[in-house]
Amino acid sequence: MDEVFDVIIIGAGAAGLTAGIYTSRAKLSTLILNEGAVGGQMVLTEEIANYPGVELIKGYELANTMKNQAKNFGCKIKSNIKISKYNFENKVKEIELIDGRKFKSKTIILTPGGRPRSLNIEGEEVFKGKGISYCATCDGDFFTGKEVVVVGGGNSALEEAVALTKYATKVTIVHQFDKFQAFEHAIQEASKNPIIEFIMESELRGFYGNGQLQKVEIEHLPSGKTTELKTDGTFIFVGYQPNTESLESLVELNNRSEIVVNSEMKTNVKGVFAAGDCINKRYRQVTTAVAEGTIAALSVSEYLR
Amino acid sequence: MKLLRTGLQEIETAQELEKFISENENVMVCCGRMGPMCLPVYDVMEELEEERSNVKFKVMAFDNPEATVIKSAPECRGFMGLPFTMYYKYGKVAHATSSIQNMQQITGILDTHFK
Repeated sequence: MDEVFDVIIIGAGAAGLTAGIYTSRAKLSTLILNEGAVGGQMVLTEEIANYPGVELIKGYELANTMKNQAKNFGCKIKSNIKISKYNFENKVKEIELIDGRKFKSKTIILTPGGRPRSLNIEGEEVFKGKGISYCATCDGDFFTGKEVVVVGGGNSALEEAVALTKYATKVTIVHQFDKFQAFEHAIQEASKNPIIEFIMESELRGFYGNGQLQKVEIEHLPSGKTTELKTDGTFIFVGYQPNTESLESLVELNNRSEIVVNSEMKTNVKGVFAAGDCINKRYRQVTTAVAEGTIAALSVSEYLR
Repeated sequence: MKLLRTGLQEIETAQELEKFISENENVMVCCGRMGPMCLPVYDVMEELEEERSNVKFKVMAFDNPEATVIKSAPECRGFMGLPFTMYYKYGKVAHATSSIQNMQQITGILDTHFK
């Protein structure tokens, strides 16, 4: 393909779609290349109640609206593609897909987002959908009258554990530290729920069953002692990791594999910008991703001027 | 009544499903809701619908009582994660999966069962 885009955006979550809205509305030729489903982490959120100007909206609805806005301004979107190679060395950047298609652009905005962290332990892939879940909203009702384990100690883990008490007869939270990282209100709500039990300073070591998950192995970290816990299901909420593996040698990453950017969303490579859950920051919200996507788009406009 | 808002055609009755899989050699049906584990699968199916003319792609709402035909299928026994995705070859179940699947996993199944 000989066309040189003004900007190629990698990723179609809140940051990428926002950047696409701004750059295409500014009449910059814009292509979004997205390796997953459009919407990113937004579609993993059942309802968004704190997006200013919108009282309550489902995550996928907000994502769809953003996608349509970007498309209506002329932004091209290719999703579910697989990128095999990046070349950011020259003034015109190149991206090659696994099927051999190549795309060129004067600038790049990296918004690859993040993904739910998995535990990467024995049996996790085997029992996915057969007892292991990453979404209480989606799968909670399969566990009505059953006993489940929730892994994690952040807001998601504690809030989802409380949500699961609508269905399960017992919810056991397993957390690796002696304190939770969640906000106080989430900790209090989980602590006062009589159905929830806690196993602290412990990590899961394996999932076992016969076609369906039946038990987990838990290691108590201070003592190294392992025990088995019978369970019908396990919900894993151990945070997110940035999708930056393929960018390691191309732009500067910090020790958490996040892309290092300045306040204008510029990376250490000229003409390459980044925004959203993949960058070095503390708070990961739709609103922060939208703000960074906006800044990255405006920085691109200024860079191309 | 249609319950899903996707770019794919929705099957509404068990009879319609039975007829469709008997009339088409390769059929993929995703039975789910408009939720975070299902949407990525629909998205992949929409992409593949343009590329794979040898496969028919359909969705069915998990909350439609008629979807019992999928939920109670022996191949779905033990499934505890949405969506339930069925792959039919000549009207028979060739493969079934539970929970979210990505493009690579789905194309792998299509390549294996729908050559």
